[in-house]
Amino acid sequence: MIRPRLLRLVMLVPLVAAGLYLVTGTSTARGAEHGDTGRGRELYLTGCSSCHGIHGKGVEANGEQRGPSLEHAGPAITNYMLTTGRMPLANSEDRPVRKDPAYDTEQIRDLIAYVSTLGEGPAIPDVDITTGDLAAGGELYRANCQPCHSASGAGGALSYGRAAPQLSKATPTQIGSAIRTGPGQMPVFGPDTLSSHEVDSIARYVKYLEHPDDRGGVSLGRLGPIPEGFLIWVLGVGLLIVICTWIGGRTRNRREVEPQP
Amino acid sequence: MTTTSPARRQKRDKLLTRRAARWLDARLGGAKYARTALGKVFPDHWSFLLGELALYAFVVLLATGVYLTFFFHPGNQIVTYHGSYAPLHGVQMSEAYRSAVELSFDVRAGLVMRQIHHWAALLFVASIVVHLMRIFFTGAFRRPREVNWMIGVLLLILAIFNGFAGYSLLDDQLSGTGLRIAYSITLSIPLAGTWLASLLFGGEFPGPDIIDRLYVIHILLLPAVIALLIGIHLFLVVRHKHTQFGGMGRTEENVVGEAVWPSFAFKSLGLMMLVAAVLAALGGLAQINPIWLYGPFDPAEVSSASQPDWYMGWLDGSLRLFPPLEIRAFGFEVPAPFFPGALLAGITFGLLFAWPSLEALFTGDRRVHHLLDRPRDRPVRTSLGVATLSFYTVLTLAASNDVIATTFGLSVNAVLLTFRALVIVLPPIAALVTYRLCNELQARDIAGGYVPPDRPRVRWELLRFWRWRAMRRASRAPSTAG
Ligand code: HEC
Ligand code: HEC
Repeated sequence: MIRPRLLRLVMLVPLVAAGLYLVTGTSTARGAEHGDTGRGRELYLTGCSSCHGIHGKGVEANGEQRGPSLEHAGPAITNYMLTTGRMPLANSEDRPVRKDPAYDTEQIRDLIAYVSTLGEGPAIPDVDITTGDLAAGGELYRANCQPCHSASGAGGALSYGRAAPQLSKATPTQIGSAIRTGPGQMPVFGPDTLSSHEVDSIARYVKYLEHPDDRGGVSLGRLGPIPEGFLIWVLGVGLLIVICTWIGGRTRNRREVEPQP
Repeated sequence: MTTTSPARRQKRDKLLTRRAARWLDARLGGAKYARTALGKVFPDHWSFLLGELALYAFVVLLATGVYLTFFFHPGNQIVTYHGSYAPLHGVQMSEAYRSAVELSFDVRAGLVMRQIHHWAALLFVASIVVHLMRIFFTGAFRRPREVNWMIGVLLLILAIFNGFAGYSLLDDQLSGTGLRIAYSITLSIPLAGTWLASLLFGGEFPGPDIIDRLYVIHILLLPAVIALLIGIHLFLVVRHKHTQFGGMGRTEENVVGEAVWPSFAFKSLGLMMLVAAVLAALGGLAQINPIWLYGPFDPAEVSSASQPDWYMGWLDGSLRLFPPLEIRAFGFEVPAPFFPGALLAGITFGLLFAWPSLEALFTGDRRVHHLLDRPRDRPVRTSLGVATLSFYTVLTLAASNDVIATTFGLSVNAVLLTFRALVIVLPPIAALVTYRLCNELQARDIAGGYVPPDRPRVRWELLRFWRWRAMRRASRAPSTAG
């Protein structure tokens, strides 16, 4: 009788803590505490300032924006951009895509610490997929993420050359950071839209999609009916036509003649 | 054997099968017909087996389909899933979707049967299309076979529709998206649309009755009609005798080939085994339609990269390519999906049905034909056919514009514009190239000493329909004079 209530109380503690945490301060977040702002500034000046400006206010050259202001960036998006290798961009016209990170973990921590001094923004979310609920995550994923990232997480096209990327390489922290900050065309899902438990659940489902329970053989890229149609024409019809020529080409058999009616 | 008396041995045949056949014949008297059927001559060419691929895919469909009906429950009551697929635990879903997931995870051989069934459906339609191409390009639809051509076209339509009904039954997110498109196409038909849609769906989309209705249509109505039509189709083939290519003693007056029994029957049986083997291999080794990843259908959700099965691709593609055009006239509104959806389907199948009559009209050739054309000997028909194929191929590929865009890192809009251009430009180019190719091949034949058969003149002047009346008058006048 007592235990469930106790459990609920215990579960309330991190929730309250998380709430307080969100209300009191977003910029003094994890990562920012550990990093060295001095070394971060050096890295920033050499690697980032050409596009984002020395004071992080962005750079505009010849009426074209080279990089946006980082005054509302904060740790979560910086962490996302650096750990997925999207920043530094080689060219400001390029679309940021996932690459091997240009900096090591230490340097990334320093950079995050420095960018956090430029302005405020969401903190790096603490994502723990072990506490997430897989089935609930699946439902939330299908409701919120599948329109862009597709049901299997294979990604999908958005308009004008933009695309929602494949999710199979994202780490739980990157998933949480993407949800909370909405990089590129992705919408922001704040704490009032998705609770941190829900983020855990979604992250768990996204990680599950990396190696889903894949019965039924080779998964054909999980792109749906397109590879299936391709396969039936190439392997199904193609192979069977070869079989037909093999069976039907044997005209050496005894021939018989019958009149047409 | 040693115990039977000599008298008995004389009467009884050693072969059990022959004994059984005698026994049956003594009571039913079918031997006469069986003998004529088995003695029939069937011309030998690999392309004559393409129709059989469709037939055997249908046999596999029936066999696996019966297995699936033992376990599948259509129904739209909302239930909670408690099966063995953990990521859906406790999720609310329709009964149809739940039983499809259970079929995939908790029923012995359920998933492999489902997959073979689905692959067989894809193969069924594909082999009908290939068979249709063979009939078209060799002119096998000409008199006396026009009716059988129409039955074939009807079979194609029913096969496409039944495939669509089949994958819509599962009520997953992907098929629900397809049903929604089908609903809006139905709704877009002027005058009858609203009425038709509510008849089929039982109300506003998603409609309470659609799964139940599709189920009866899919497992009972259409299979029965398809089986009946296949029966008539084959009966007519026997009745008309099979067509053959000319040369090597083959004429309009005879059929040269091998007897059905034993050579052709065994070839055909072997082909059936191989079709079943290919389908079983696909069903066992290649995943198809993993509905558990798509999730239960929720009308408020949609996934990116939602494509239909390949045989519906041309319709989906044309919906994507056609500019949004709405017409208001006489107080009626013709919504955008009407032209690329209902109208295109109507024109496609209308032209297919009418083709034998159209060709007879334009060539003036209404004679009986049992010898097939070589495609190169009829360049106009061949190039029109290739142009049509290229048109529908572009439409089908256009259904995957978004996936093509992401796979090759292009912009969706650029891909869309490219497809719009291709669908207009490619068919005429394909026709011209084919025409040149046919003439080239024919010239080579003539140089090699082969005399091509007479090719009827195409009466292109008939395209000037505003002069039909004058032409009719002109043709009537001299004929009455003598
Ligand atoms: C070649 C120019 C360039 C360089 C160099 C560059 N960036 Fe960027 N950065 C951009 C552009 C352009 C965007 C906008 C990307 C988009 O379209 O989403 C951006 C976006 C960002 C954002 C997200 C801003 C927001 O609020 O959405 C962060 C954070 C960021 N950059 C950090 C960095 C850091 C840290 C570095 C140095 C390691 C760096 N960038 C180097 C051009 C650059
Ligand atoms: C409107 C479309 C859209 C929706 C909805 C959306 N995303 Fe995204 N997502 C994007 C785009 C676009 C990017 C690429 C952003 C960039 O340029 O950095 C992205 C990037 C990501 C990444 C980084 C992938 C990587 O490894 O490179 C993750 C993780 C992610 N999204 C998760 C989610 C989750 C989880 C949801 C649902 C809560 C979601 N997204 C909803 C469009 C969307």
